[in-house]
Amino acid sequence: MAVKLLLDKAHVEGIRTYEVYRREGGYRSVEKALKQMSPDAVTEEVKKSGLRGRGGAGFPAGMKWSFLAKPEGIPRHLVCNADESEPGTFKDRYLMEFLPHLLIEGLIVASYALGSNATYIYIRGEYAWIPDILEHAIEEAKANGFLGKNILGTGFDCEIYVQRGAGAYICGEETALIESLEGKRGNPRIKPPFPAVKGVWDRPTVVNNVETLAAVVPIINMGGEEYAKIGVGKSTGTKLISACGNINKPGVYEIDMTISVEEFIYSDEYCGGIANGKRLKACIPGGSSVPILPANLLLKTAKGETRYMNYESLSDGGFATGSMMGSGGFIVLDEDQCVVKNTYTLARFYRHESCGQCSPCREGTGWMEKILKKIDSGKGSKSDIDLLWDIQRKIEGNTICPLGDAAAWPVAAAIRHFRDEFEWHVNNPQECLTRNYGLAHYADPRPVAV
Amino acid sequence: MAEEKKLFKVTIDNITVDVEPGTTILNAARLIGGEVAPPAMCYYSKLKGSGGKCRTCLVEVAAGSTADPRPMPKLVASCRTTVMDGMIVKNITSERVIDARNGVVEFLLLNHPLDCPVCDQAGECHLQDLSYEHGKEGTRYEFNRRTFKKHDLGEYIQLHMTRCILCYRCVFTADQLTNKREHGVLDRGDHSEIATFIEKSLHNDFIGNVIDVCPVGALTDKTFRFKNRVWFTKPMDAHRDCPKCSGEVQLWMRGEEVYRVTARKDEWGEVKDTTDGKPGWICNECRFEKKEARDWVIEGPSHIDRHSVISQGHYEKLVTPKDTLPEVMGGRPPKLIMDIHDVSEVNRPEIKLSEIEGPAHSDDFNQ
Amino acid sequence: MITFSEERLNQVKKIVARYPEGKQKSALIPVLHLAQEEYGWLSAETMDYVASLLQLEPIEVYEVATFYSMFNLKPVGKYLFEVCQTGPCMISGADNIIDYIKQRLGISIGETTPDGLFTLKTVECLGACGYAPMMQLGKHFREHLTREKVDQIIENCRKEAGVLN
Repeated sequence: MAVKLLLDKAHVEGIRTYEVYRREGGYRSVEKALKQMSPDAVTEEVKKSGLRGRGGAGFPAGMKWSFLAKPEGIPRHLVCNADESEPGTFKDRYLMEFLPHLLIEGLIVASYALGSNATYIYIRGEYAWIPDILEHAIEEAKANGFLGKNILGTGFDCEIYVQRGAGAYICGEETALIESLEGKRGNPRIKPPFPAVKGVWDRPTVVNNVETLAAVVPIINMGGEEYAKIGVGKSTGTKLISACGNINKPGVYEIDMTISVEEFIYSDEYCGGIANGKRLKACIPGGSSVPILPANLLLKTAKGETRYMNYESLSDGGFATGSMMGSGGFIVLDEDQCVVKNTYTLARFYRHESCGQCSPCREGTGWMEKILKKIDSGKGSKSDIDLLWDIQRKIEGNTICPLGDAAAWPVAAAIRHFRDEFEWHVNNPQECLTRNYGLAHYADPRPVAV
Repeated sequence: MAEEKKLFKVTIDNITVDVEPGTTILNAARLIGGEVAPPAMCYYSKLKGSGGKCRTCLVEVAAGSTADPRPMPKLVASCRTTVMDGMIVKNITSERVIDARNGVVEFLLLNHPLDCPVCDQAGECHLQDLSYEHGKEGTRYEFNRRTFKKHDLGEYIQLHMTRCILCYRCVFTADQLTNKREHGVLDRGDHSEIATFIEKSLHNDFIGNVIDVCPVGALTDKTFRFKNRVWFTKPMDAHRDCPKCSGEVQLWMRGEEVYRVTARKDEWGEVKDTTDGKPGWICNECRFEKKEARDWVIEGPSHIDRHSVISQGHYEKLVTPKDTLPEVMGGRPPKLIMDIHDVSEVNRPEIKLSEIEGPAHSDDFNQ
Repeated sequence: MITFSEERLNQVKKIVARYPEGKQKSALIPVLHLAQEEYGWLSAETMDYVASLLQLEPIEVYEVATFYSMFNLKPVGKYLFEVCQTGPCMISGADNIIDYIKQRLGISIGETTPDGLFTLKTVECLGACGYAPMMQLGKHFREHLTREKVDQIIENCRKEAGVLN
């Protein structure tokens, strides 16, 4: 039986309400942290837990907290990044929609550790109904003394506010999020200074993902060391995976990071196999930005070892033969899908979402989209494939923020692993309009489901 | 008892300079000068917050500092990265940098209309200079170039959005020089544009300076539009007693006629400081309304530091650009790989062409 | 003349109070949401009003409103269909749904039906990839779209608007 730390109570009737949540053991971590622990001790527990940022970059959360500057007399802020916009990712939405109090609980503990008296949840604008759920939870927590002035008589004050974005993927980047929270265009800032020193309103700020902050609750409840025992290596604890695409059971799953990719896709406990009895062609295992992998490299590493659902194993082989855990947006493509078309829609996404501030991203994303559209519609030439490769190479690493990389990687990986499919499009301009390329040599190593 | 300020040693392309802590790599490189200074399309030393966007000034940091000599994994924007003591930077000596910069130039030119023949900025355009250094003769972009709806910014300033590279300098200028910004960057991504949203003329007293800071021909002087080419006009330093600004300007003249008035610029194309040491921004009246030679006290021909077509030909003290190659190579002069005279009979150095009567003939060289 | 009701003004006050003194610009996006809720779209006049409410220059409001994709800078129909077309939705058949909506409403992407009821827009990933294909309609998502579901949604909108046909 898989360990569940975040979603174990998700199906309890009425868990959205304070009463049920509390009855099920909610807000214990607030009591423990605020009454028995110093703020630094809380940070220390998070460090011990080995918790890595769940937004995509996987940076150790405890370390991020310890970087926060604490100058005398200047308020500090915690900002919860709920701008979940990475294609394939919808786990934070699930948490906020069904377990709002879990996030609020995590936020109170984290605010206490960081000394934030005003904490903000920046939620993507399209999740328009969720702020009501969160605000209701905040009201309930406040009414029960877990928020507001002098929480539980400890002298710690904390307010949580919900701020809605208005449609911009880039605001998931922490400095763009801060700009947006300040009422500006979501242009990422040039770092340094880092938010830990100069964040929102030039005050020291920590920005953490929803799932990261929710994970603080079990960490405090069970202790960092216990938490670190779950999982494997530097992939401690549990991770939410949002699975979508051509699978039987799309949805949000909590995994401990010891299961194999194969088990995750085919077991009935998780994705339940490929939909409609088709075969697996490829998968983008960590949100649209991470490299797409063909089936043969997805289930096994290049060395022939089983690939597992964790940070280390998914990135085994680097970008040459591996991918990334990313945000946990697990997109599965069956044999009927066209990698060129898929790459084109992703390129279109990044062009649409580029803030336009720096030249490689502003110009390069649009150029890639146009070439991919051309190839997809059977008008491409072989040199276009090489050109694409060169463009992505000139964007990657040369932009202000990671959106440039995020736009470059999917294109690079698609060409790296599916070059034959691109070439087939170029060589069969008519046929590619009427049918897809199919599985080719990277075919699903598993037999067709009966 | 002022303690002596400790200076940081930074080595850029094998040349070491001492700079004050807090100096950016770009400004340290400008102290060395010549080709070692990375090109900057968006950074402008006199505009707070500028820089970091165009990515033309990317450099490689081969060693972060003496204390932590690890290299930085990514190329960094030299205009926004401050030096550390013992930092080693590679600009033109790094193939990675040259490759990335060529890429950035290609991106900047992707949607650029290349309408230099009808552009008033031609001849003093930083994008032209940059393309000359790093561009390719052809383009690999085969799609329609971006166009925009035309916006009229009033009687003084001409906006050509298609030429804009979104450096944001004009936005910073309006923020920092005028009390009320009326234009800004609208929309997002590759559709971002400089505009006012609702048609509006810009007429703050100092808004004309956006023309001087614009690195390309996106914002040009309407009172000079199509009147002349900059390389036909002579820049002259001049001043007048102006109640609004320093009145220290550059007149661009042809014969007795004043075609254009701008602020004075330094070798990086930025507005120079005035004789009082303040940034030499000029007011709209000086720039747009004073177009007679008698309005001005003319001091004499301007000294042009910038290596560009505007410095060609007709002025005092033409400065040849510093030859940095020997410096970069640790004092070694460039090696002559092959002397053309070893293999060619033509143009033998001992034969003076000027002494040959009439057109040179092969016989002249076969003597 | 655009003015908010007393109730809206109170909402604005509450929002501004979330931020430190003098940082009322932070309220800009939430207040633009309020304005859009009220008027359906953001006209220059509305944005100027928001600027005056928050003591901003109008250009600061235009810059922000044009950056974020959720703000309508042109009038839209009473019901705005925003259909996702990014990767995960695409592989789950979003293209067919978009074509079907086009055909049912007789409009192209970006257009509004002559009766002013429906506007069709395509959007990029809305974070419902597991429930694809999907669209946003007002505050909520409509997920697992099929032709039948689209029919029903259109019919319900028409009913609600009292224009049964």
